[in-house]
Amino acid sequence: MAMGTSSFDVKRAYYLERTIRATEEKIAEIYFTDKVKSPVHLSVGQEAIAAGACTALGGDDVVFSNYRGHAHYIAKGGDLNSMWAELYGKANGHAGGKAGSMHLVDTKVNFMPASAIVASAVSNAVGYALALKMRGSDARVVCFHGEGAADEGVFWESLNFAALKDIPILFICENNGYAIYSKQQDRMAGKSIPERASTFGITASRADGFSAQAVYGAVSKAMAALREGAGPLMIEVNTYRWLDHVGPDDDHPGGYRPQSDLEAAQAIDDIPRLAAQMDADDVARIDAQVADELAAALAFAEAGDFPDETALGRNDYA
Amino acid sequence: MPNDRILSYGDALHEALHQEMALDDSVFVLGQGVDDLKGQYGSTLDLHKEYGPDRNFDVPIAEEAITGVAIGAALAGMRPVNVHQRMDFLMVCMNQLVNMAAKYHYMSDGQVRVPMVVRASIGRSWGQGPQHSQAAYPFFMHVPGFRVLAPTTPHDAKGGLIAAIRDNNPVIFIEHRLLYANTGVVPEDPFEIELGKARILRKGKDITLVGVSYTVTDCLRAAGLLALMGIDAEVIDLLSLAPLDSETVLKSAQKTGHLVVVDNTWTLCGAGAEILARLQEDASGIKVKAARMGYAPTACPTTRCLEDAYYPGPVSVAQKAAVLMGADAGDVPTDVERTELEEFKGPF
Repeated sequence: MAMGTSSFDVKRAYYLERTIRATEEKIAEIYFTDKVKSPVHLSVGQEAIAAGACTALGGDDVVFSNYRGHAHYIAKGGDLNSMWAELYGKANGHAGGKAGSMHLVDTKVNFMPASAIVASAVSNAVGYALALKMRGSDARVVCFHGEGAADEGVFWESLNFAALKDIPILFICENNGYAIYSKQQDRMAGKSIPERASTFGITASRADGFSAQAVYGAVSKAMAALREGAGPLMIEVNTYRWLDHVGPDDDHPGGYRPQSDLEAAQAIDDIPRLAAQMDADDVARIDAQVADELAAALAFAEAGDFPDETALGRNDYA
Repeated sequence: MPNDRILSYGDALHEALHQEMALDDSVFVLGQGVDDLKGQYGSTLDLHKEYGPDRNFDVPIAEEAITGVAIGAALAGMRPVNVHQRMDFLMVCMNQLVNMAAKYHYMSDGQVRVPMVVRASIGRSWGQGPQHSQAAYPFFMHVPGFRVLAPTTPHDAKGGLIAAIRDNNPVIFIEHRLLYANTGVVPEDPFEIELGKARILRKGKDITLVGVSYTVTDCLRAAGLLALMGIDAEVIDLLSLAPLDSETVLKSAQKTGHLVVVDNTWTLCGAGAEILARLQEDASGIKVKAARMGYAPTACPTTRCLEDAYYPGPVSVAQKAAVLMGADAGDVPTDVERTELEEFKGPF
């Protein structure tokens, strides 16, 4: 099977982070035009996690994401053209306009439909991993969720079942500290999420979510363990969402999140740090490539037709 | 070999699972107690001994996650059968069923599908009370994406479960507690019934009685009472609630001119409400006198005397039918036996 790169690929990570950042900044820039026909949950500032994690995966590995899923989709190899068309609600979107931003899906790269209900896909990811185990497959499942998922009962039910049945799956907890404007410590009693996960017998660790290289290292190690037969694993990565929970704006002026936290996160932004490790020519070449691909994707979306009404009842039943 | 083998409803379900698990290794069963000594009224008994403990297994009391696990396995191409001892427990699963199972195929525009079966027991026996008796099928009829099946006969239990397992959509499969011991002719070879078709169980010319699951038996007994009054009732087992075969029902009602739909739940927003609405919308211009029945509009009481007032039964169905026919409800005979109800002693 196709495995991830055997060592951290700075250029690949830079390319992915730049693509995600450019895509989401473009969404924010044009959002006022209403061309993007759905709510958007941007992950500007969180790109290093998706880029680091997904470059540690093989093509056959399966990703479950969530409504903040643009970064995961792009990093897993999703098609940028059909993603943009989907955001535009066009027929040439990967789900013909039925998914929009919150339910990105591309089974060609084993990216399962993302869910807009917090924590709900976690149990689905566990079930998928159970099926792979029953089938004796070498592929593994990675489930991205926020720290807010741990507010939900089904999250812990799912962890219990995964541990009980020794199901090989990696939970990546992207902890950006907030559910909309609610701080984690205002919502959760008790110990940290990894500490609580470890009480189920799940090996839970932490990685620096501001560094694709650190995430790549942690996820590579976890995937190797899963392929060797380890049961469920969790990695909590700290991160910071630069923009509002939903929509294109900066919410810091609203006063719920301190401006100083944003500035601290921006000071350790992974994109310039990766660029600093690369030849200037490579940076320029990749920047140009990203700009070209984004322009092509926008053109693809612009050129697409809206679905006609016959699409309404299509795929209501399998 | 003549096709007249007699099997109980519970054994018919067991045979369906047994045969499908033998035919297709993607079929597996999960649910609270499915591998215990009772095996959900015998329907899952010892399947793990035949097919291994990973294909018929007990689960934590975590309905939402287990439903989600079944959905995830179905996304990966398995055909899980998730068993619930009470349909009331599906209320804990509604997020997974409504927001996930019923949406994945559509919101991916066909890229993924969720071929799973959710089996759930419903209904009275004795003393099941407000949280162990509900038949929540209207919730699922309301949401596009589900098939909803409620077989009454052992034949349809087997053919329906096989069809449900082979279907590529989430199927809510409803089993009434008082039906498990009922017996009937069940073909031995695997077979499927057509999903989305009602079944006419008794031909008649004067009035159409439509039941859902156990209320079909009420309708059949009511037909017997009405026959004593010279009223010839046609009885339809609705069988499939989604899709709803209103065509068969309306055709019968337009023939007899009279229709009573007996829901196995509250009448508000029930199958009867939907059928009567479709009757009203029908463009044929044929006039039909119609009524619907169901549970009394309260929570289910536990004590038997109030239970009897809460549930429709053969006599109340026959009385409703008689009145619709212009006869006197007081003329309906009230001598009717329901041995399965009287003989049920629990503890389940």
